[in-house]
Amino acid sequence: MLSLDRLSKTYADGTVALSDITLTVAESEIVALIGGSGCGKTTLLRLLAGLDVASRGGITLDGVPITEPHPSVGIVFQEPRLLPWLTVAQNVGFGLADRSSAEAKGRIAHALEKVGLAGHAARWPKELSGGQQQRVAIARAFVTEPKLLLLDEPFSALDAFTRASLHEHLLGLWAESRPMVVLVTHDVGEAAALADRAFVMRPKPGRIDDEVPLGLARPRERSSHAFEDATRRLLASLDRSLKAPEAAAQDATGAALWW
Amino acid sequence: MTTVLEQGVALAAGAAPAADPPRTRRVAPTRRLLWPIGLVLPLLLALGWEAAVSLGLASGRLMPPPSRILATLWALAASGELWTHVWATGWRVAVGFGLGAAAGIVLGVLSGASPLVRRLGDPTLQALRAIPSIAWVPLFILWFGIFEASKVALIAVGVFFPVYLGVMGGILSVDRKLVEVGRVFRLSPPALARRILLPAVLPELVTALRSGLGLGFMFVVAAEFMGASEGLGYLLVDGQQLGKPDQILAAIIAFALLGKLADSVLVALTGPLVRWQDTHRDRL
Ligand SMILES: Nc1ncnc2c1ncn2[C@@H]1O[C@H](COP(=O)(O)OP(=O)(O)OP(=O)(O)O)[C@@H](O)[C@H]1O
Ligand SMILES: [Mg+2]
Repeated sequence: MLSLDRLSKTYADGTVALSDITLTVAESEIVALIGGSGCGKTTLLRLLAGLDVASRGGITLDGVPITEPHPSVGIVFQEPRLLPWLTVAQNVGFGLADRSSAEAKGRIAHALEKVGLAGHAARWPKELSGGQQQRVAIARAFVTEPKLLLLDEPFSALDAFTRASLHEHLLGLWAESRPMVVLVTHDVGEAAALADRAFVMRPKPGRIDDEVPLGLARPRERSSHAFEDATRRLLASLDRSLKAPEAAAQDATGAALWW
Repeated sequence: MTTVLEQGVALAAGAAPAADPPRTRRVAPTRRLLWPIGLVLPLLLALGWEAAVSLGLASGRLMPPPSRILATLWALAASGELWTHVWATGWRVAVGFGLGAAAGIVLGVLSGASPLVRRLGDPTLQALRAIPSIAWVPLFILWFGIFEASKVALIAVGVFFPVYLGVMGGILSVDRKLVEVGRVFRLSPPALARRILLPAVLPELVTALRSGLGLGFMFVVAAEFMGASEGLGYLLVDGQQLGKPDQILAAIIAFALLGKLADSVLVALTGPLVRWQDTHRDRL
């Protein structure tokens, strides 16, 4: 279980990026963080990854406090961040340096197959499309079997078709080890396609405004009534968040959330 | 599970080839066409000069025609003299380059990776760099004598600075985002240096080594001017003293060929290290 207890982050320049974030994520749960630009989503994910330290409050994963990168936490950044001097297979296996080479080989091959890149193991990252690179990044994060997987708008640079197929690849990998997932997104459809619960965030200071349980079984059909209903509830919550008095000035930012 | 999701999956699956993709490297048509064009101008000039001299329009005494330069070069090669000089020069450059490059890499890595070393040592090195390297010659001769050691030292100094600056600059500009990947996988500082920093600076290192090698050839000429009994630089001085411009030009051509050869060897040796690079040109 992951729990965040009154987590706050103030940057050195005085920006209050996060204020009093309290939430828990249950085993195998997928939660989405959704909100406009600058409401602290990336900051929150960096704290969870142990790449930054909180100013106040704390994070525990199965009771263990997280203040630095942890072996059971994996992250997929907004950009693929592959190491260009390693082949696809070496990139996927980057976190497996301490495993036997036979085990590493097996895991890499399996993960590559799961993301549909089995034939690309020997290629360089520069020879892959953006979507393929992001799939390699997902495989790299899953291959160490983390208990908690963090995703920072990993699909935002991709077209709708590629995104839909990546959702499937992601869920396919997730189904094997069923880690907890925290997914940052600005796409309501993406949250509804993947998450069990969504947290709507609001900026200045970054905080959680609302929690929307999606209550959808998997696999999900985008055309089903239940899916449409969940999407509508999410949009309604975002709407409320944008119309709140202090957020009136945020309308321009909010407009970007609609698509 | 029909609908958009599955269509997307089907599309992506269709797009992903199962077999290994072809990996042939195609030379861009423009480059294939363009490279002989570069030969046209020098060939025209050479032929023009050759014609001018043989038609008696010019004497060719100070600027001998290409045929005479090539004949001199051929004679030097046939007598074996040329190889003695090439060997002497090549050996000096190789040793000086090895020493200078090794020192440049070590100090460059330390300065790049450690702010303390950088703040401590870099100002001094920058100050030394401002000294024209030839100015060291008298001192090196006093210290190391007139023979090989002072020549090698001068070449090493020339090679050191571009390598040092290239490696330090490369390490300082390694993408923070890639370093963060290393942090996520909890690499220790030595592992971070070995698995992220060093590979990331390989392209800069290769460039730095190449410009170092170029400077090494500049400095070997200077070194061989200051009293040598063999080497291509000696051949230059000797040609001047004996009033043999064809010998000077033959030595210059030998220098050019040797320099190009050394650079090609360096590129060939380091090529596999930077094959992954995503630049607009496959080859430098
Ligand atoms: N290193 C930093 N130093 C100072 N302020 C920062 C830093 N990083 C982020 N901020 C500020 O903290 C706030 C939250 O930033 P963050 O990147 O977490 O937003 P976000 O929700 O991820 O936005 P986006 O959707 O645009 O990615 C912003 O106001 C930002 O300007
Ligand atoms: Mg962000």
